[in-house]
Amino acid sequence: MDVLQLIANGMMAGGVLAVPAIGLAAMYSVLRFPNFAIASHATAGAFAGWIANASLGLPVLPSLIVALLAGGAIGLLTDEFVLRPFRRAGFITTAIGSLALTIGLENVVRLVFGNEMRGYDLPLARDVVLAGIHIGPQQLQNVMVSVVVMALVFGFLSFTRMGKAMRAVADNPPLADIKGIDARMVARIVSFMGMGLAGLGGMLIGLDSSIDPLTGFRVMLPIFAAAVVGGLGSIPGAVAGALVVGVAEELSLLALPPSYKSTVAFLAIILILAVRPRGIFGREAY
Amino acid sequence: MVIYLLSISVVATIYAVMALGLNVMWGTAGLVNLGLVGSAAVGAYTSALVTTRMGLPIPVGLLAGVLAAVLIGALLSLVTTRLKDNYLAIVTLGFAETIRIVASNEIWLTNGTDGISGIPGPLRAVLTPLQFNALYLAIVVCLLGLVYVVCQRILYSPFGRVLHAIRDDDVVVGVAGKNGRVFKVQAFAIGSGIVGLAGGLYAHYTSFIAPDLFVPLITLYVKLSLLLGGVGNNRGAVVGAAIVIVVLESTRFLVPLIPYISPTQGAAMREIILSAGLLIVLRFRLKGLVPEAHDHLTVRPQQNTAGLRPATT
Repeated sequence: MDVLQLIANGMMAGGVLAVPAIGLAAMYSVLRFPNFAIASHATAGAFAGWIANASLGLPVLPSLIVALLAGGAIGLLTDEFVLRPFRRAGFITTAIGSLALTIGLENVVRLVFGNEMRGYDLPLARDVVLAGIHIGPQQLQNVMVSVVVMALVFGFLSFTRMGKAMRAVADNPPLADIKGIDARMVARIVSFMGMGLAGLGGMLIGLDSSIDPLTGFRVMLPIFAAAVVGGLGSIPGAVAGALVVGVAEELSLLALPPSYKSTVAFLAIILILAVRPRGIFGREAY
Repeated sequence: MVIYLLSISVVATIYAVMALGLNVMWGTAGLVNLGLVGSAAVGAYTSALVTTRMGLPIPVGLLAGVLAAVLIGALLSLVTTRLKDNYLAIVTLGFAETIRIVASNEIWLTNGTDGISGIPGPLRAVLTPLQFNALYLAIVVCLLGLVYVVCQRILYSPFGRVLHAIRDDDVVVGVAGKNGRVFKVQAFAIGSGIVGLAGGLYAHYTSFIAPDLFVPLITLYVKLSLLLGGVGNNRGAVVGAAIVIVVLESTRFLVPLIPYISPTQGAAMREIILSAGLLIVLRFRLKGLVPEAHDHLTVRPQQNTAGLRPATT
């Protein structure tokens, strides 16, 4: 296979992976625990988008907004009622709780929709060929969506009062508290935003192939790899990490069968922790 | 019915062994491991391959499984001991998934997703199913007893006290002149080996293993066992495992009573019940049924329940 084609595929996969990775990084930076529930929320978002798209007949873009809102709403509710009470008991208890939550929610999806794979209702279109590299129009649209979403997230964090408050809490919680920032409100906003991005990401990933209750779980390792490679808790890092993981996964196809893609993500985690534990932009891992 | 009861007893005993293994890492040394099932898979596959492909006797297979699990545990631990808990959680979870992916793909070795069947069980050919289950229960109970004694010895030995100290404050351990990293690797390797033994025992009991058996849910069941019984406490680990298996099995009968439910939905329902159970236990009963004994411990902060490290920022 052509290396340039693989790199192009990797950049596009990474661009899409960046969406949930940003969500994870944002949640980690404020709430300080690895939220494994991101997997089930990505699945839930993908199915919500599927209902909007395949059952209600909405076009893809409005369906993506449905996926975002559904992921966010479920994220807000589960964080408020399930995960928030755990935080007092420590980060690891919360992380285990989030793993139980992800399995529970995944099975709620399975209970309602069953195990079969479902595809979105997409218009057929021919690949765009650019300098010998094939690009699917749907992939291109996914990448554009994710670029727009990333721009919005960065705008939100840089220019709005709430975004600045969120960064303040991430940077120094006691100081943010002294300045009168309501940490609970920030936690709610970041849960909505983070899980909304997870839901959106779940649907974007599903648009490329099909969805089933394990959709989110399958991409959980790459999402975490992206966040760890970029530096857990760093949002620009998550974008860079996602691109690195995306390209590395595609390039691994030169040597390994496709089913080993997730393993590449794991190797990326191990490698970055051994060489540069802070990741590209992040804090200390030790 | 008797066979069924015997078989859940066997499974409960195997879970108890796993819970003891987790207790060495998590309860005693405070090392997070969300990839427990990876060690079980390594033990199960090694033992299965040694006995089916190489035709060696079952005890040799089990021993090989334990050694493989010890080795992989030590390796994983060497890479991760310096990491903070949050990273350890991610890495260990990724480790278990990676083991599962490798087991699904290396078809020449593991037969892929079809799994390995025909794994020998002790005297399976000559005994009736009833006798076989009874014999196997006796074997696993003996091994559980052995592991229990070993774990108990570890808990009260100087080695165990260092592990406790690492859990409570690993800086102090360093100040006291102990190399915390070596102890952590050892604890991780021992725990992983015990879990590997459980995996091997499972393989020889059911005679069939496949990658799909080793899902993260199993890790959660074992965590739940330990949390129910009381982290840091071997008696609690055994009691907790028994409770988890009884609840798990009873949902098998209760869920089909729900009208209009398909088998897939039933399975989903059971997993929902179990994960909700774990969330509730985590939320409300952090000390477990058998709280950790305080007699051999010196200073412990009151809010540091469940043997988990205190939340420090």
